[in-house]
Amino acid sequence: MSEPVLRVKDLRTEFAVRAGIVKAVDGVTFEVGRGRILGLVGESGSGKSVTGYSILGLIELPGRIAGGEVLLNGVDLTKLKGEQIRRVRGAQIAMVFQDPMMTLNPVLKVSTQMIAAVRAHDNVSRKVARSRARDALATVGIPSPEERLDAYPHQLSGGMRQRVAIAIALLHKPAVIIADEPTTALDVSIQGQILAEVRRLADETGTAFVWVTHDLAVVSSLADDICVMYAGRVVETGAAADVIASPRHPYTAGLLASVPAEHEPGERLPQVPGSAPSLANLPPGCAFAPRCFKAGPACNTTPPVQHFEDGRTALCHYPIEPDSCQPLSSTSTTYQNAS
Amino acid sequence: MIGFFIQRILQALLVIIAMSVIVFVGVYAIGNPIDVMIDPASDQALREALIQRYGFDRPLIEQYFIFMGNMLRGDLGESFIYRLPVIGLIFSRMPATLELAVSAMLIATLLGIPLGLWAGYKPDAISSKFIMGLSVLGFSVPTFWVGLLLIMAFAVELGWLPSGGRGPVTDFLGMKLSIGSMEGLSYIILPAFNLALFKLGLLIRLTRSGTVEVMSSDYVRFARAQGLSERKVVGLHVLKNISIPIVTVFGLELGSTLAFAVVTETVFNWPGMGKLIIDSITVLDRPVMVAYLILVVFLFVLINLVVDLIYGQLDPRIRVRAAS
Repeated sequence: MSEPVLRVKDLRTEFAVRAGIVKAVDGVTFEVGRGRILGLVGESGSGKSVTGYSILGLIELPGRIAGGEVLLNGVDLTKLKGEQIRRVRGAQIAMVFQDPMMTLNPVLKVSTQMIAAVRAHDNVSRKVARSRARDALATVGIPSPEERLDAYPHQLSGGMRQRVAIAIALLHKPAVIIADEPTTALDVSIQGQILAEVRRLADETGTAFVWVTHDLAVVSSLADDICVMYAGRVVETGAAADVIASPRHPYTAGLLASVPAEHEPGERLPQVPGSAPSLANLPPGCAFAPRCFKAGPACNTTPPVQHFEDGRTALCHYPIEPDSCQPLSSTSTTYQNAS
Repeated sequence: MIGFFIQRILQALLVIIAMSVIVFVGVYAIGNPIDVMIDPASDQALREALIQRYGFDRPLIEQYFIFMGNMLRGDLGESFIYRLPVIGLIFSRMPATLELAVSAMLIATLLGIPLGLWAGYKPDAISSKFIMGLSVLGFSVPTFWVGLLLIMAFAVELGWLPSGGRGPVTDFLGMKLSIGSMEGLSYIILPAFNLALFKLGLLIRLTRSGTVEVMSSDYVRFARAQGLSERKVVGLHVLKNISIPIVTVFGLELGSTLAFAVVTETVFNWPGMGKLIIDSITVLDRPVMVAYLILVVFLFVLINLVVDLIYGQLDPRIRVRAAS
């Protein structure tokens, strides 16, 4: 793997709320190489979206970045202020949001919004900006882009709007695009088209993607690498194929076991017992321990980062041994018994 | 679009007819204008003669149809008191109210929108809290009282501005206006500011709440993620999105200011339409009342029509609904 374009080191983001300080992102570390797609996976509230916002410096009060580094081609974005970070956003690192109904301004034409995005970084005429916007729409596979430019967002379908959002993210050929669950609100068929488009873009343009999602099916078909988050921490990393084939962290195993496609219709779906803990009130030590089938006495203390072959890591006292070679079904049995 | 217009004009006609019936019957019920008009000592014969002359002896319904028939010919009748055509009477007073109302709306808009934007953009700043405090005062303190205080402060104590009246007027497009000369302007400042206060408070709050809502929206976050400057975010995304409620309130307020600037006009002795209508009500000058209220309805309908047209320009989603 070449030198990573984006390297997040020990990132910490905190929110000061009435109940105290919530560590939404607690020491997250990962990296993405040129043209690669990293799947950032986790349940709701695991801190994956906040990680995305933190990378772009879009955290608003009462939140703040409490520590760590976000190195984009060696420059620490957390140290940039005001105009400096504005010049980076959209130009070198862009973001696509979850709900395409909400990310485009309903009362402005697509062209108005795209031209503003072009001119935020390049001092070009409106005409040049418009033709670049048209090219970007064509790149993401929008038919008759010239007409779409004059449309208002409500005149486009959800999938079309998300393509427009991705086209806006692509306008300045950024090194990295953070995509925050961009296909969650879309039909499965549209989702498939967009995933294929993203894979092609990553390969052709060399843009790296951080694909934030809770959907393992999406990750397995799209991502090169996976980073699993739980309660603000990274619990497992590794190549996507490896992690899915043999998860090392019990939480990842539980997530994988609960994918419906792996089971007979009518069969009771295994689930990870309990629900994600409140970030304001985390148990000491491993946050996942209360829900874990492998939890032991050591889990009251902060788990170590264990390193395995092929650069894989897991944040666990008792990682699943590949030797025991537990097939998915046995893991799921374990979870069924536990519930 | 033409269908929309025709529909609107028919609605307006219905409102005008309904309103004229209500006013006509209402004023009839209040009492006989003759009793107010003539010397109580005059004899019965004179009384009868006058009643006959004004047609008060005929049934109400007949009086109404005669009035409406005349109106269709463009004749709104003659004031019982001034003995002048009502139309001319109202139009002679209109420029004064018009310039007062427009000046007040200008003050309210030019101050209110920027202040509201600031208060919504930085909701936690001390300055924003101060602005919001002022806005509460603006629409909760009675207009007449503020008017009196303004006169006390700027006319009596400081002596900077005149305490009332309209001052010299200049001719502009056939209307006599104060705002044409510096001296005329000095007469309009206090009443216009007084009239603007309520609208100022309203516009500040409206702009602020819209700004707070839009600033927390996904599309503003997305715009920031694209690297748009804060000026662009506010100027492009926020202003366009908050303009619809602002235009609505602006239209309503402009209408009600034109029609009912009575209190300020009275406090500052401003010779506008408001004073005319109040005087007419005291003496039961029915033609003036009915004609004035018909004019008010017409103004409101016209303003609302313009507001509706502006909506379509501001929000494309409304255009779609209107078309379907």
